[in-house]
Amino acid sequence: MNQLLLIAGGSTLVYAVLAIVMGVLPGIELSNIPAGRGVEPLTPLQAEGRDVYVANGCSYCHTQQVRPLAQDKVFGRPSAPGDFAYQTPELLGSQRTGPDLTNIGARQPSETWQYIHLYNPRAVVPQSVMPAFDWLFDVVDRAPAGVTAVTLPKAYAPATGVVVPTREATALLAYLLSLKQPALPDEPEPGVAAIPAMASPVAAAASAGSQASPVSGGYDPAKGRSLFIANCAACHQSSGEGLPGTFPPLKGNAVVNDADGSAHIRTVLHGVQGANVGGVVYASPMPPFAGMLGDDDIAAIINFERTSWGNHGELVSAAQVATERAKGK
Amino acid sequence: MSRSLPVHPQKSPQQEDSRTLACILGAYCVSATCWLLFATGVGTLLAYKFGAPDFAAGAWLTFGRLRPVHTNATFYGWASIALVGLAYYVAARSSRTSLYSVKLAWVGLVLFNVAAVAGTVALDLGYNDGNLEYREWPWPVRLVFLAALVVTAWNLVRTVARRATEEIYLSNWYTVGGVLWTCIIAVVAILPWYQQGLGQVSVSGFYMHNAVGMWFTPLALGIFYYALPKLLSRPIYSYALGVLAFWTNLVFYPIIGAHHFLFSPLPWWLQTTAIVFSVAMLVPVLGGSANFLLTLRGRMRTMAHSYPLRFIFVGVIGYLVGSTQGTFEAFRSLQEVWHFTNFTVGHSHLTMYGFVTFAIWGGIYALLPLATGKEPGQMGLALHFWMALVGSFIYVIALSIGGTLQGLDWIHGLPFMQSVVDMQSYYIWRGVGGALMFLSHIVFAWNVWRMTYGRAGNAPSPVAPLPGEVAT
Repeated sequence: MNQLLLIAGGSTLVYAVLAIVMGVLPGIELSNIPAGRGVEPLTPLQAEGRDVYVANGCSYCHTQQVRPLAQDKVFGRPSAPGDFAYQTPELLGSQRTGPDLTNIGARQPSETWQYIHLYNPRAVVPQSVMPAFDWLFDVVDRAPAGVTAVTLPKAYAPATGVVVPTREATALLAYLLSLKQPALPDEPEPGVAAIPAMASPVAAAASAGSQASPVSGGYDPAKGRSLFIANCAACHQSSGEGLPGTFPPLKGNAVVNDADGSAHIRTVLHGVQGANVGGVVYASPMPPFAGMLGDDDIAAIINFERTSWGNHGELVSAAQVATERAKGK
Repeated sequence: MSRSLPVHPQKSPQQEDSRTLACILGAYCVSATCWLLFATGVGTLLAYKFGAPDFAAGAWLTFGRLRPVHTNATFYGWASIALVGLAYYVAARSSRTSLYSVKLAWVGLVLFNVAAVAGTVALDLGYNDGNLEYREWPWPVRLVFLAALVVTAWNLVRTVARRATEEIYLSNWYTVGGVLWTCIIAVVAILPWYQQGLGQVSVSGFYMHNAVGMWFTPLALGIFYYALPKLLSRPIYSYALGVLAFWTNLVFYPIIGAHHFLFSPLPWWLQTTAIVFSVAMLVPVLGGSANFLLTLRGRMRTMAHSYPLRFIFVGVIGYLVGSTQGTFEAFRSLQEVWHFTNFTVGHSHLTMYGFVTFAIWGGIYALLPLATGKEPGQMGLALHFWMALVGSFIYVIALSIGGTLQGLDWIHGLPFMQSVVDMQSYYIWRGVGGALMFLSHIVFAWNVWRMTYGRAGNAPSPVAPLPGEVAT
């Protein structure tokens, strides 16, 4: 009996102590971290949306934690302890089969895009492997008053009728758009500030390589293309043709082909609402990139757009972007 | 009048006990096998969806609902039920006694199954408790699972307490300990009051590693310590080394959970502590593996004739390689590349499949025929072994290479979609490996059928029919 007491009782006692020290006490301690500045509780609709997010297991493919590593910069500033004060259940996740969503409300604020993407991701991102969430939508003959039908590309639209979001889709969208990182007190411009200490040797080498490559007097098309794909192609598509009636084309776009680049620069820096392109008014807003990308990167994107798909606008320089940025909105 | 009734040969109480034990082990194995088929069938469908995301669409078949169905059914349906069944058999046999309570063993089996069915249905209907990995079942369902654990723990402790041997055999250290510790883990995971925001993150880190390392690991090691000497007819190489591995595993494992959240906003000291103890885990892992391999020393040729031994050998190698890989993954420099990638999925299959599942198979093939007196055929064993081995090789290697490329894509600052595109061919190879693994499970189910309901008497067994008794 004594041996049994030692093995069963003794080891269980040891384990209980370790469970308290490594599980329970850190849990209690960290549960009391106060909310960071600008971190708000969810509204009832947003909280309902989070339930939809959880019910359908979104966090098995999408993380909500930005690490202090160079490769995570595209998703926002590094997550801080105060960001999670109202996040129960925690949805940090363990897989990035799809991109991180910590700051998706700022990175992709277009309702139209989000609805199309939820209805069928491949309508806007052809190579996506995300499931279609079409059961969060209804197909009706005519959209009821006050509800905007989802403007789907023809290939993905139902044969008859229009697609409108259900209550669940509306709530999920409200939750997704609520995912915005407030700026940290000591960080004036989120995302632009470099993250020095943590950069890995590989990342450092990679960024050193890309800094060295721009040719003097020209620009680096590979870098421009890569930045365009990462930041712009979701709406404007890699063909530059946009989605007819939903997201404007850049191919043959007057602003893009204008010899004076300042309007193009201002659009990328500050975003645009209700753009009129070639006589068509686009309701979906374009997000501002001033807070996400530096002058070099914005110049590279603009120059890529100005030299692709048959466009031939004048090239712009990072200095021009800096000048426009200094002028403010 | 009574003379006209057929005369039943008299059975000794020992024989009656053996019969009951065989019945319990058989029932646990059959139940677990059903869960294996279900869980890995779902897994195969999930793998297919990476190549054809619009296949089997709709709420009930969507990826985000079936993924936790797959993991939880594997953990709590397949592995848990099989390991508990084997633990009962090992406890009774190695203690030279009978089970403390046959009734409680049945109650436990029913409770495990009720929890797994209810949990599966709940997840598929969208009742997911916060996407917190491996504790996604709604809390009332997890209470049922906890009840099953408590029943099992009590039954195992009382069985060992009535042993006819002087010493408690090493296997029972691991199985009794594992079940008792897991009761604590389950309670820690369920209580909600102290888990808010970042606090819940730290509990998740603790829970998800302990649910694996303090449950599946000790029970699977318990099988090694019993089945290996049994199959080789020689004692374990070193009893003392087994005891050392037991205590070091107990002390080091609970501390490493935070390595699932490196570079997260969790306190830096917590992450560093987890890394340090991930390295310390090499002590029980290398100690345990060495003990098993040294027990096998000089007897490798026996493996040519024994599939149970081959399964156990792969399990030991899976334990050694998978756990060592885990230590390396915990280093910050390597996490920078591998965290969030499919490398992690490869790692979890190397451990849960290459180690735990192969250990269970070895245990079942070694012990179930001894209990029932029924052997599976050589062809069935061979098909199962080779398809499972080759399938899991393809699976793990494809995801390890693909996951590394995925991580390097991110480090090189390529657009995110590039990492999705670059994974495509590896996703296909994963599907190929997964399909082979699933096929091997169908063969396994057939083998289990033969060892339980099949023709009796082709194996040495305490319950082999007496002369004159009709085989059923």
